[in-house]
Amino acid sequence: MTEPTTRQRIRFYQTGTHTVGNRLLDETKRTVQASMARANAITSGHRACQGCGEALGARYALDSVMRATDGQMVAINATGCLEVFTTPYPETSWQIPWLHSLFGNAPAVATGVAAALRVKGRDGVRVIAQGGDGGTTDIGFGCLSGMFERNDDVLYICYDNEGYMNTGVQRSSATPPTARTATTPALGEQPGNVFGTGKNLPLIAMAHNIPYVATASVADLHDLEAKVSKAMSFRGARYIHIMVPCPLGWGSAADATIRIARMAVESGFFPLFEAEYGEITASNKIRRRVPVSEYLKLQRRFAHLFKKGPDGEEDTEGLDRLQKMADANIARFNLLDDGIAQGTS
Amino acid sequence: MLKQLEGSQAVAEAVAFCRPEVVCAYPITPQTHIVEGVGALVKAGTLENCEYINVESEFAALSVAIGASAAGARAYTATASQGLLFMAEAVYNAAGLGLPIVMTIGNRAIGAPINIWNDHTDSMSMKDSGWIQLFAENNQEAVDLHIQAFRLAEELSCPVMVCMDGFILTHAYERIDVPAQEEVDAFLPPFEPVQVLDPVEPYSIGAMVGPDAFTEVRYLAHDKQLQALRLIPEIAEVFKDVFGRESGGLLHPYRTEDAETVVIALGSVNGTIKEVIDQMRDDGAAIGSLSICSFRPFPYQAIAAALAGAKRVVVIEKSLAPGHGGMVASDVRMALGQKDIPVYTAIAGLGGRPITAASLMEVFTAAAEDRLPDMQFLDLDYAAVEHEIARARATRRSGPTAENVLRQLSPRHPAAKI
Repeated sequence: MTEPTTRQRIRFYQTGTHTVGNRLLDETKRTVQASMARANAITSGHRACQGCGEALGARYALDSVMRATDGQMVAINATGCLEVFTTPYPETSWQIPWLHSLFGNAPAVATGVAAALRVKGRDGVRVIAQGGDGGTTDIGFGCLSGMFERNDDVLYICYDNEGYMNTGVQRSSATPPTARTATTPALGEQPGNVFGTGKNLPLIAMAHNIPYVATASVADLHDLEAKVSKAMSFRGARYIHIMVPCPLGWGSAADATIRIARMAVESGFFPLFEAEYGEITASNKIRRRVPVSEYLKLQRRFAHLFKKGPDGEEDTEGLDRLQKMADANIARFNLLDDGIAQGTS
Repeated sequence: MLKQLEGSQAVAEAVAFCRPEVVCAYPITPQTHIVEGVGALVKAGTLENCEYINVESEFAALSVAIGASAAGARAYTATASQGLLFMAEAVYNAAGLGLPIVMTIGNRAIGAPINIWNDHTDSMSMKDSGWIQLFAENNQEAVDLHIQAFRLAEELSCPVMVCMDGFILTHAYERIDVPAQEEVDAFLPPFEPVQVLDPVEPYSIGAMVGPDAFTEVRYLAHDKQLQALRLIPEIAEVFKDVFGRESGGLLHPYRTEDAETVVIALGSVNGTIKEVIDQMRDDGAAIGSLSICSFRPFPYQAIAAALAGAKRVVVIEKSLAPGHGGMVASDVRMALGQKDIPVYTAIAGLGGRPITAASLMEVFTAAAEDRLPDMQFLDLDYAAVEHEIARARATRRSGPTAENVLRQLSPRHPAAKI
């Protein structure tokens, strides 16, 4: 389970930064975006907000699919930010065959496309479906589970910004506890979203025993690309869950998107791992562990966690419980054990 | 070739002759035998080059068909009742995207109260979704309409529903002239999509459209239906040339020459209506009927022409728009334009209640003498509903309506004797 993936053997450290040392890599392993031949599957001029994690994640993910398939791909998009900001009629940012049908049916539409390609003997054209967390973990969940269960030849990518951002920041089943949204305001005894709710879709995907499941982050785009490429080496149903910070919904600075995404990973709050056929095969190790508060305090949706009470004391119960969730992830996904975080490498 | 077949099996064979490339299956009574039949033909290798996909819901069934059609495959599915409502969002979407999917509806009531038997409420709920809706009068026509539906859908790039009465047709064994594969091949050319998801020529389908263009896009959906008004009779003519029998078209007039009273209905009830008309004609009544095959597009001009000499119209409707009345009757009134004649509505056959020749005879006779109310419910048990209305008035917690009525109408219950 803990075997480091090959792409991690070269450490992208440069003093004081996490700058990716692309030139240090073998040509075949160099990042897709650094290539002049990158596809620009989603091209510039779209209407995403400044600092949008989803636009970034989608561009890297789809360009990786384009490289892996030599441009032979079709994308199905659920309703949501990504769909809206890329296709304001009569413009489109997509340089690939792309279809948007509904909010909750992208996995099923993708199944249909894959079936059509198979029956026409065009298996070489690969199908991906994508949506936000609402389209994936909530309204599209039935269709997604069906696509997984049938092991249809589709890669589904969820861009998780932990809420319904397109409709004005409402809670989804991917919203973390305590987060303030428009439907979980920071009021009352339990401000924000409550504990004990939500679902972990990567684990649910694994429970379908599909060939490949991975989590990824826009904080580590090279890793994201590698996971997408790896996903394309399998046939059957595959799932990648990418955490994409949303400055608008999270109340964070537009230039903090990558930093926040990194804190989520480095605190253990968002574990990065891979699984094949229901078994975890690798997890990305935390390099410099940070307390979860470092991640939370960059976002206004968690501001109430840091407010002092009338007695001048911070009520740390919420923070403590979130830290415990991160600690549990670190133990469960074995996020610390290759020694880097302890400075022994 | 003549065969004695269950309606569903006959439709399954007809669909298979149309060489669908993707078929999505989800069970719902009374449609289930159709997708079972197609599935068996795929499994046995009779229907080749077809992906048969067992999906997890009707919403997925039509969504898979949407994806398949957008990728250039001939796609088919079937549903009924709650299933059609569950896929409602995708029904509108398929039409909006202009995807030529063919779907059978095994017409069935919609709950609550849950009811598996025949009426037309399901199809009526989607009458304005942008799909073409064809209603079969009998199983031969159900078979023939499917073959025509693929051609119509693909020529217009517009989805088509073939509606056949649940149980009355889907489960009835009748003599069917089953077409030969060569005949169907001669009639139905291979699917040439107007839009297809293909890396060779990538484009975006399903973009966000704002107020600047939405009206124009919707107008074009209406225009497609108007084109269908022309195409449906044309395709029926070609069908007649190839298969040697008349099927489909906009309307089936029956003994309407010099008819003063014209009965209008959709689907299988037209069989009973014709029998009653024959009897009344024998007794000298000037009565005929119009079976509407194409409900969407609604053939306003053809109906107006067929009713030119009529003095009154009786619409037998297998669906109810609560608070409104009959939806077919509304459309018929529109077709009449300035012509001021009575249009009587009889809501009949809801949830599978038999529409008997005796009851129809009474209605038509009363109509011919203009002694009918504008709207009535055929064979309604007025005592039962009045009892329930009175009870609900008297008791705040009067309980669930359906169960109360059932109890009252049960022959074993004392309340039945009221």
